[in-house]
Amino acid sequence: MSEPNRGRTPGRLPWFASLPALVIGALFTIGPLAVIVAFSFMTRPAQGGGVVYQFTTDAYRTSLFTKSFNGDLVFNSAYLEVFWRSVVQATISTAICFVLAFPLALWIATRTPRVQNLLVLAVTIPFWTNLLVRTYAWMLVLAKDGVINQASRALGLGEHELLYTDLASQLGLIYTFLPFMVLPLYSSLSGFDFRLAEAGYDLGAHKFTVLRRIILPMARPGIISGSLLVFMPALGSYVQPVLLGGGKVLLIGNLIASQFGDSRNWPFGAALSVIILALLGLCLLGVGLWARRTGTKVSLSL
Amino acid sequence: MPNAPVIGTTRPAEVVARENGLTIGNARKLFATPEGGVVKALDGVSLQIRDGEFFVMLGPSGCGKTTLLRAIAGLEVLDSGEIYLGRDRIDSLPAYARPVNTVFQSYALFPHLTVAQNIAFGLQMERLPKPEIAARVEEMMALVRLDGLGGRLPSQLSGGQQQRVALARALAKRPRVLLLDEPLAALDLKLRRGMQDELRRLQRTTGVTFVFVTHDQEEALSLGDRIAVFSNGVPVQVGTAEEIYEQPVNRFVADFIGESNFLAAEINDDGDFRVADGPWRELSEPVLPAMDGTVTLAVRPERLVVDGTAPELVRGALAEVVYMGTDLRIRVSLADGTSLAIRVSPPFEQLHLTPGAEVVVGAEPSHLHPLAGER
Ligand SMILES: Nc1ncnc2c1ncn2[C@@H]1O[C@H](COP(=O)(O)OP(=O)(O)O)[C@@H](O)[C@H]1O
Ligand SMILES: [Mg+2]
Repeated sequence: MSEPNRGRTPGRLPWFASLPALVIGALFTIGPLAVIVAFSFMTRPAQGGGVVYQFTTDAYRTSLFTKSFNGDLVFNSAYLEVFWRSVVQATISTAICFVLAFPLALWIATRTPRVQNLLVLAVTIPFWTNLLVRTYAWMLVLAKDGVINQASRALGLGEHELLYTDLASQLGLIYTFLPFMVLPLYSSLSGFDFRLAEAGYDLGAHKFTVLRRIILPMARPGIISGSLLVFMPALGSYVQPVLLGGGKVLLIGNLIASQFGDSRNWPFGAALSVIILALLGLCLLGVGLWARRTGTKVSLSL
Repeated sequence: MPNAPVIGTTRPAEVVARENGLTIGNARKLFATPEGGVVKALDGVSLQIRDGEFFVMLGPSGCGKTTLLRAIAGLEVLDSGEIYLGRDRIDSLPAYARPVNTVFQSYALFPHLTVAQNIAFGLQMERLPKPEIAARVEEMMALVRLDGLGGRLPSQLSGGQQQRVALARALAKRPRVLLLDEPLAALDLKLRRGMQDELRRLQRTTGVTFVFVTHDQEEALSLGDRIAVFSNGVPVQVGTAEEIYEQPVNRFVADFIGESNFLAAEINDDGDFRVADGPWRELSEPVLPAMDGTVTLAVRPERLVVDGTAPELVRGALAEVVYMGTDLRIRVSLADGTSLAIRVSPPFEQLHLTPGAEVVVGAEPSHLHPLAGER
């Protein structure tokens, strides 16, 4: 008399064993998101700051329209421009990170296994210290009396305006997110069978052709996850544009921050966050569909 | 003067080989081991491979076969030595500029390209016009019998099919020499037999010089027009399958190719020999015995008889009889403790073999090969 084995696998815990994981997941990822989405549909109190629990889509309308003094909604491109500038800056960061990271990742991937481990560890060293501290270090480097200007003066090349420029902001972004590009690229290249490159040479391909036609296509999963991992945080970046760029150009990151600060418009800040979220979600969906169609494996991990 | 007129009517094979074939001169290559030592992967290899022949390099694992193949392909740089293709020295050319292509042991198919794209890759590197590439790809797929699979990815093919793609990809370039590094090692026995026939057919129809590496002696014997047996980074014997099997130059070759018995024979002042307490017999060829007056004779198990049809060599006790269907494997223990392996072909119904009984082992003189430089 054998009792049917109700799908229980030996050594497997019952379903409620995953409860802690579910609770943690809900609390730390879905919870804050839910609050933001809820806030974005609420009303701003007259004196600003906080929210009034009353449903409205005003916050979303604010992103594209302003009320003229007679009460009509007039199209206003100011926030679209902020958004566009952020996209451009994030795209530039992603592109430059890729150009810098690819040779580095390829070089690491072709070392001996022991050296590879050491080099990967070295790439993660920036993670060991706080981002703010590292950004302040860049400020010291770029400042009027900073290391670069001192050297430049000593060489008789004069002084340069470096800190609080777009360039500094961009530099900060590239510096911050470079490891997020290097690591996925490295992991897709370290699995690369370099005998394929030899087969390429054997069939008459020069070095650059092998790189372009064999190595690059096979590193595609790494290129995509690296690009997403750089583009997404770079789009909403706050620290670098403010501390290194001097906050002179308005980007989404500091626009949102100011809504919860000086401008005291929480629903609008929340709505902006939701818009970014939705756009990045669409972006991921597109990548996902493309990956499914081409059979490319894309994972969002380092 | 590379195209100087050649005077004379018949020319020796070596000269022809030097003019058209692949010539390797004193190739040497050392590798540093992780333990800090060095390995002599190639220890002065000189070979002459004729144009259009199926040349097999045979040897145990680690004897330098792959290294030599990679050096010919241009994927490994020799420490010293020369490689000529016809009269052109090619060892200084980069891999992509050599008219030589490789079928890799791992196949090394590009996983992101389809079968047709894999085959077309090398032709695209030559910047051939698109219609010609398409035609050549079709032709190659028909040649290796892969018609209709052009749109598949390598991961959607069986091992044997991947093997064919690798062959087609290399042959599409119309190389002067095709290098094959243990291409059949990953296939199961039945598929391997089929592919061996296929390779012979491809070699005959294309006329391309094949240099085929294997550690499987049976494969080498069945495929090679000529075979080079490698040991420790040098070819110790080069010859046809028959030469290598019937006249092995040393114990290594006799042992590695097929099965051999090695008999220590005593030689007297008349130049006669005897094995253990067997009768004195005349040698078929003069040999120089070692210092202690002995010589090693190699003899194949199938060349020994127990039915008295050949002159007596030695007597011994029948130790074991194993019925193998196509033959009988017999072991005979000699008085000095050594044992002989003997293979008897059918019909063996008339043989009455009782274990423990004394048997007379005989052999024709021409089947006993004194091995040079060994006791
Ligand atoms: N890249 C390398 N680095 C160090 N040693 C090597 C390298 N390639 C081959 N060897 C050594 O050289 C010897 C010959 O190798 P190989 O040519 O691959 O032999 P085979 O193909 O006959 O098995 C071996 O001892 C091997 O360990
Ligand atoms: Mg090998």
